[in-house]
Amino acid sequence: MATNTLPEQPTAETGSHAVLEVKDLTVEFPTDDGVVHAVRGVGFSLEPGQVLGIVGESGSGKSVTSLAIMGLLPPSARIHGEVNFRGRNLLKLPDKEQTKIRGKQIAMIFQDPMTSLNPVYSVGWQLQEAILAHQDIDKGKAWARAVELLDLVGIPNAADRAKNYPHEFSGGMRQRVVIAMAMTNDPDVIIADEPTTALDVTVQAQVLDTLERVQENTSAGIVLITHDLGVVAGMADRVLVMYAGKPVEIGDTDSIYYDPRMPYTLGLLGSLPRLDAKGAEALTPIRGAPPSLINLPPGCPFSPRCPMSRPNCDSDEPALRPVAGVDHVAACHYAEELAGDIAAAEVFETAEADVQALEELDHLGTLDQAEAEQAEERA
Amino acid sequence: MADTEGQELRRTEHGVQVHEVAATTPEREFTIAARTQTQMILRRFLAHKLAVGSLVVFLIVVVASLIGGRFWRYSYADITPEFSSPPSLKHPMGTDSIGHDSMAQILRGAQKSVQVALMVAFLATTFGALIGALAGYYRSWTDAALMRFTDLVLTIPAIALLAVLAANVSETAGNWFFIGLVLALLQWTYIARVVRGQFLSLREKEFVEAARALGASDARIMFRHLLPNATGSIIVNATITVAVAILLETALSYIGLGIRPPDTSLGLLVSEGQQAATTRPWLFWFPGIFIVIIALTVNFIGDGLRDAFDPTQTRVRA
Amino acid sequence: MLSFIIRRLLITIPLVLLASVLVFLLVANSGDPLADLKGRQPPVPPQVIEAREKLIGLDKPLPQRYWHWLTNFVQGDMGRTIRGVEVRPLLWQRMQITLRMVVLASIVAIVLAIGAGVLSAVKQYTVTDYTFTFAGFLFLSMPVFWLAALMKEYGAIRLNKLFGKQVVFTVGPESPNLAGSFGHRLADYAGHLLLPTIALALISFAAWSRYQRATMLDVLGADYIRLARAKGLSRSRVMVRHALRNALIPLVTVVAIDTGAIFGGAVITERVFAWQGMGALLVQGVETSDPNILLAWLMVTSVLVVLFNLIADVLYAVLDPRIRYG
Repeated sequence: MATNTLPEQPTAETGSHAVLEVKDLTVEFPTDDGVVHAVRGVGFSLEPGQVLGIVGESGSGKSVTSLAIMGLLPPSARIHGEVNFRGRNLLKLPDKEQTKIRGKQIAMIFQDPMTSLNPVYSVGWQLQEAILAHQDIDKGKAWARAVELLDLVGIPNAADRAKNYPHEFSGGMRQRVVIAMAMTNDPDVIIADEPTTALDVTVQAQVLDTLERVQENTSAGIVLITHDLGVVAGMADRVLVMYAGKPVEIGDTDSIYYDPRMPYTLGLLGSLPRLDAKGAEALTPIRGAPPSLINLPPGCPFSPRCPMSRPNCDSDEPALRPVAGVDHVAACHYAEELAGDIAAAEVFETAEADVQALEELDHLGTLDQAEAEQAEERA
Repeated sequence: MADTEGQELRRTEHGVQVHEVAATTPEREFTIAARTQTQMILRRFLAHKLAVGSLVVFLIVVVASLIGGRFWRYSYADITPEFSSPPSLKHPMGTDSIGHDSMAQILRGAQKSVQVALMVAFLATTFGALIGALAGYYRSWTDAALMRFTDLVLTIPAIALLAVLAANVSETAGNWFFIGLVLALLQWTYIARVVRGQFLSLREKEFVEAARALGASDARIMFRHLLPNATGSIIVNATITVAVAILLETALSYIGLGIRPPDTSLGLLVSEGQQAATTRPWLFWFPGIFIVIIALTVNFIGDGLRDAFDPTQTRVRA
Repeated sequence: MLSFIIRRLLITIPLVLLASVLVFLLVANSGDPLADLKGRQPPVPPQVIEAREKLIGLDKPLPQRYWHWLTNFVQGDMGRTIRGVEVRPLLWQRMQITLRMVVLASIVAIVLAIGAGVLSAVKQYTVTDYTFTFAGFLFLSMPVFWLAALMKEYGAIRLNKLFGKQVVFTVGPESPNLAGSFGHRLADYAGHLLLPTIALALISFAAWSRYQRATMLDVLGADYIRLARAKGLSRSRVMVRHALRNALIPLVTVVAIDTGAIFGGAVITERVFAWQGMGALLVQGVETSDPNILLAWLMVTSVLVVLFNLIADVLYAVLDPRIRYG
């Protein structure tokens, strides 16, 4: 298994101003079937007020990364690397110290709003608890602040609804409550782990809106983890694409979307339906499935699914290297070939079954018509 | 131009070299061997050393109790000249005050207890699964009736119900069968409840709707689709039933309302041996330990089965 | 909340009625209260048997007998035994004795089960876990009569030797002709209660601790626990205020369902320690096929179990806001 060595990122935008800096983070889980290498060398830095979108399929290691930062992985996990928050490596801190940071300086939003809140306590009580855990104020003031926060995230009748229990809220509302909880102590970093995945599209928009509002209010840095490229496009300043436990491309949102340099990123973008697609451009699904993280073969993990793979791709795992300016890095031996405006359909095969199916449907349609006409004649 | 795998490389309009991607490359994607579901269940069960060990012990006990009596030199009714003697080579488990060989008695008692337990498990499981399936599938009044009935059975202490029911049948010869019948009459309700619960949740799943849309009959849906999914719970509960049945039957026999002399049961042996517990401990300890061994091994097997059937159990939560 | 309670009450009344029908059918068809009389030698003249039947009411049709019994029962008249003793005061006296053991054993078992279950779950796969799990399995597989007998035959002697005098008793719920100060009497009760309660508690705790462990594990893996930690709450606070608070709720239901089983266990334990409680009464009723004893016994216990279940349901609703209006 090749470890990834991150090059320096010495530009003026990153480095000294970063509020959160992750270096060479690896996480392994021992299981009955072998060691799962869930995260294999993740690195990024986050500035105040910046939104970093981490994109990847299920199993790419994005959630595990976020849990590692928060220190919420099970004790069986083996973690290496650095997670530097304000100069301190969180991974080396004892749990007591990490507890002080959690919820106060680094906050987290989880994926499933239906199960994130404790069902036996009222929403206001849970917010109040979050406040009291880090601030030395009396209960009445804490409750008032809780109501304030509910109002901030757009819960109507906040004062009354604060006494309600989680099951009395809809999914979108619950997620907003969770966001409010993340905001309570004015954190420097908010990690949102797939905050909209479990929600309807319209509700998604509302929740993202709320997140944006939170950012305006707190100037926190946000790590937005998702598999939905559309969500990222709207909110993120920078994007980190993860595959098989490693970042495979990092860059500004615009660079990633308009000039992807790693075939996986290209494929992902191509599989996204877009309103501004030209004419009859077909979607390009990426064939195959992500590899198992237990017995990773050598070489680039994307190689078996990559139309551009060459023999050396199967033996040398590419390291992240600058491909278009220092801010844009990609892990591909042949990133240069993707320079310029190359459509995904050009590199990936488009689905051909569509045409066949369409023809068959057409045929059935005429059959139906013929039958209907016959039935009418008989009647 | 071709790469080492012999695939053709071509250049796209912008000069990118691409080749066709094979749809699946199993060696690289699935690096763990594929297994059928039964194999996985079996594998998980065998990984449970305690459950496997218990299975071995249990089978030994069952075989010994069912046919061991025939091979042992004494029968349970034989009266030997050595009475009240501690364990020896001649009488590995000692003898009682009349001169019965304890080992023969214990084998006989175990035989009766095991027979009853297995019979109860079989009857209760078949009947209970059937009723539970019908209740869970058809719901409405079948379900309501079943629920009210099981509630009823649950409200009255089992031992009391058994005592009253068994009083009728204890007098007849070969009464272990009737005791088993009586026990089964109570036990089926537990399995029915479990199966009903399973069917209630399973019937909402999409594959049932799909089957119905394809025109499958009710019976077919129940037997080909729902029942296999409930098999795990049924088997686990069947093993629990065996353990419960053993404990109930021995308790009943202990208070004198179960299997009666001249036949014997492990419970009866314990009650007979209790008075002499301090002076002739072997009469008290051996039958008791036997009951514990049978129930314990069955419980361990049940636990192993539960873990084997439940795919959501992994040793490490990621 | 009130409507919830009322609704549950309304459901239980038909249940109790149904139970009464079942119980009556059961008792009416099991055993002949006059078997003793009929089996006498020289044979008793048929007129005497007929007269006896009339006295007990066996000459009337079943539904009528049922109605007669039911109407009397709800007014508090439980009839008399075959020998002519009034059932109600007899039952009440026996019930008090048995309840001592049942209530105490339940409390001990609940405390043990929570402790063992929670510790096992928190320290999953450690020695603590395996020890508690094994203990749980062991007591689960032990017949209550054997354990009770074990305690009686061996435990009593050892304990008394340890203290140098008889602190632990193995016969009956209290010493005969018990008199003296409250403290003295309490010590006497305790000495008699100790062993039977331990035996009964150990058996009940086994099943519950397994269940509690499973529930606790489920809760510990829940998202809201992770969120609680992410909020920056200390481990202990999360464990008590969030995990335990949720994990204890299902136990309420389990304990309520097992009320009948505990009663059954008490019946057996009483036999071992020669208590003249409900257990002895049941055996007497069965052996003499005394319908009034059996009917009263079964009905009263059913009502108790239903009552406990009702209390448990209400308690559950208090603890879990999700089901209050369901």
